[in-house]
Amino acid sequence: MIKVLFFAQLREQLQCSELMVAEANAKTIAQLRDFLIAQHPQWTDFLSNEKLLIALNQTVVKISQTVQPGDEVAFFPPVTGG
Amino acid sequence: MISIQQNDFNLGDEYAALVAADTAAGAVVTFVGRVRDVNLGHEVKGLHLEHYPGMTEKALQEIVAQAQLRWQILRWRIIHRVGDLQLGDNIVFVGVSSAHREDAFHAVEFLMDYLKTRAPFWKKELTANGSVWLDSQEKDQRAVKRWE
Repeated sequence: MIKVLFFAQLREQLQCSELMVAEANAKTIAQLRDFLIAQHPQWTDFLSNEKLLIALNQTVVKISQTVQPGDEVAFFPPVTGG
Repeated sequence: MISIQQNDFNLGDEYAALVAADTAAGAVVTFVGRVRDVNLGHEVKGLHLEHYPGMTEKALQEIVAQAQLRWQILRWRIIHRVGDLQLGDNIVFVGVSSAHREDAFHAVEFLMDYLKTRAPFWKKELTANGSVWLDSQEKDQRAVKRWE
């Protein structure tokens, strides 16, 4: 399974903070996003936002990155701490 | 050491820890970020801070490692608060000790610039018209570019 996390405004927009996806549904993060959109059409605009950042196992990566069973993938808006 | 916490911090205690039993530290620079009453022209009532547990600490460790490659740092400390904060509350502490002031000044500025653009924290502003997530700012992106 792949653990998927959402944070901040995106978490509120999707009304979801965490879910699990079977690895058979996605070889890359781009495919994972497409799978999530297919399962939840109401998420389309929010997950298509070009500004979103993606982290794989807590490191920021490109959406073309491949995923493995046990991976943690997070989607979130640009950061605003400090 | 990195701490992500709801509780406030005490500047005096943090300064004392940065210099305790260390006579090589000729300079200590500390920065405190606070909740301000006006942001981008509108009145602010408070802030809610969210973070990504685990990645936050990892991102900050990487930022510190980069600073240590550039400057002579003796001791360092980062504290970032999360949860609900009121006007005037402390948000973030960054402290660095070094033999000389140049290293300490530069390292703290570098750590803050990278913290603001790389560490996964998000601010939600509470205003008279409800709460709204803040957008990242171009000025913060420009600030971090000067170190490239």
